[in-house]
Amino acid sequence: MNFIVDAIAFILDPANWAGETGVGARLSQHLFITFLSVLIAAAIAVPLGLLIGHTGRARGAIIGITGAARALPTFGVMTLFVLIGIQFGAGLSLTPVIVVLVVLAIPPLLAGSYSGVEAVDRQTVDAARAQGMTEWQILTQVELPLALPLLVGGLRSATLQVVATATIAAYVAQGGLGRYLIEGIQTRDYLRAVVGAVLVAALALLLDGLLAALQRLVVPRGVSRGSARTKRSSPGTATRSSGTLEATRTPVTEG
Amino acid sequence: MAWLWNNLDLVLGLTLDHIRLSAIPILLGFAASLPLGWVATRVPWLRGVLLTVFNVVYTIPALALFVVLPGILGTKVLDELNVLVAMTLYATAMMLRGTLDAFGSVSGDVLQSATAQGYSSASRFWTVQLPLAGPVLLANLRVVSVSTVSLLSVAALVGSGGLGRLFTAGYSRSFIDEIVVGIVFILLLALLFDALLVLAGRLVLPWARRAKAPTSIPFVKVR
Repeated sequence: MNFIVDAIAFILDPANWAGETGVGARLSQHLFITFLSVLIAAAIAVPLGLLIGHTGRARGAIIGITGAARALPTFGVMTLFVLIGIQFGAGLSLTPVIVVLVVLAIPPLLAGSYSGVEAVDRQTVDAARAQGMTEWQILTQVELPLALPLLVGGLRSATLQVVATATIAAYVAQGGLGRYLIEGIQTRDYLRAVVGAVLVAALALLLDGLLAALQRLVVPRGVSRGSARTKRSSPGTATRSSGTLEATRTPVTEG
Repeated sequence: MAWLWNNLDLVLGLTLDHIRLSAIPILLGFAASLPLGWVATRVPWLRGVLLTVFNVVYTIPALALFVVLPGILGTKVLDELNVLVAMTLYATAMMLRGTLDAFGSVSGDVLQSATAQGYSSASRFWTVQLPLAGPVLLANLRVVSVSTVSLLSVAALVGSGGLGRLFTAGYSRSFIDEIVVGIVFILLLALLFDALLVLAGRLVLPWARRAKAPTSIPFVKVR
């Protein structure tokens, strides 16, 4: 495992952080590309997913989109978009890369927000409607809070996907941590490639961990309290419940 | 599409590579997930450990795993074995969660009835739990299959990605047709694998003909 120790020593050396091709610059490029793409994708997919979940219309479209997205080779789409971008005079700019990353981040976000709303107990929604809430109030005050854990789950998948694909993007664009990997492979400099691998893996694990914590944090208090009580009353099934997902499926029944 | 006809040998050769490099990990991942899933349902603390370990593996981007594995396995960076091992790890990680769902989907009452009828632990697993878990296993295997076929193309960056080689070659020559052919062939291959799995499911699970398509499965993380 010496090669990983060497790579970590390289990363910890402050001298390697400075400059335009240093760890610092590439890390911030990677983060910038990731956040921008996920943000744009969320602005498109989350309202759409919530709307589809609320109205129950166009569910087939979501299933089709997520299924097709699974089969689509991201690397191929990336090279295709960049070449098309060059033909339209975009040059080697970041725009085609961002477009691809946004397209890739939309399906998990769409699925997360849609399934979050769909998982809300219909009785809870009917109760809210019977109390005189408008459709908008039901969506924002009842369905959205209860959907948050699954919605953040979609955000987590999307972020993971974008971090990984932004790595491959270094093959067609100049920035990001993937440059270490691509340069290392092309110049047969193994240490350099491993440096990139360690950095990218660490970043992916860190973001995934943060979003997993957020996923737990956004469970509405009423829901976590309700599920805790269910657990106590039936110890036989308590070990089977899988945390937040179960919690969203059994929202507060006491009212 | 003149390019395709002139280079049919190349494309078909890469297609065969792609089939080999994705079918082996799909089958190995499926085979590995069964004992792992069985152990995880038996030993509660192992369930958490296995899920965490494989989630970590799954979180590591493919290109990073392709590059780190040679240092661990003692192989060369461009060795195909790295790709096979990495794809098998991903397939196992994806499938393990599905296997746990599948075993969990078998009603506890049915299992207890089987025990009451005198089934031994092993025969209960093989003749009751596994067949009943079949439809959910198949649904998850279909997701793993499609994801593996498309993810493999990234391996072109370390010299062996099957049809993914058309992406690197097409990009370096700024030749769009070649990339489009690669994407279309990968989509066709994913459809073919899916059709084969559905067919295999009909043969092995004849009673589950009206089982739900994998559409009921929540969106699993894909790359």
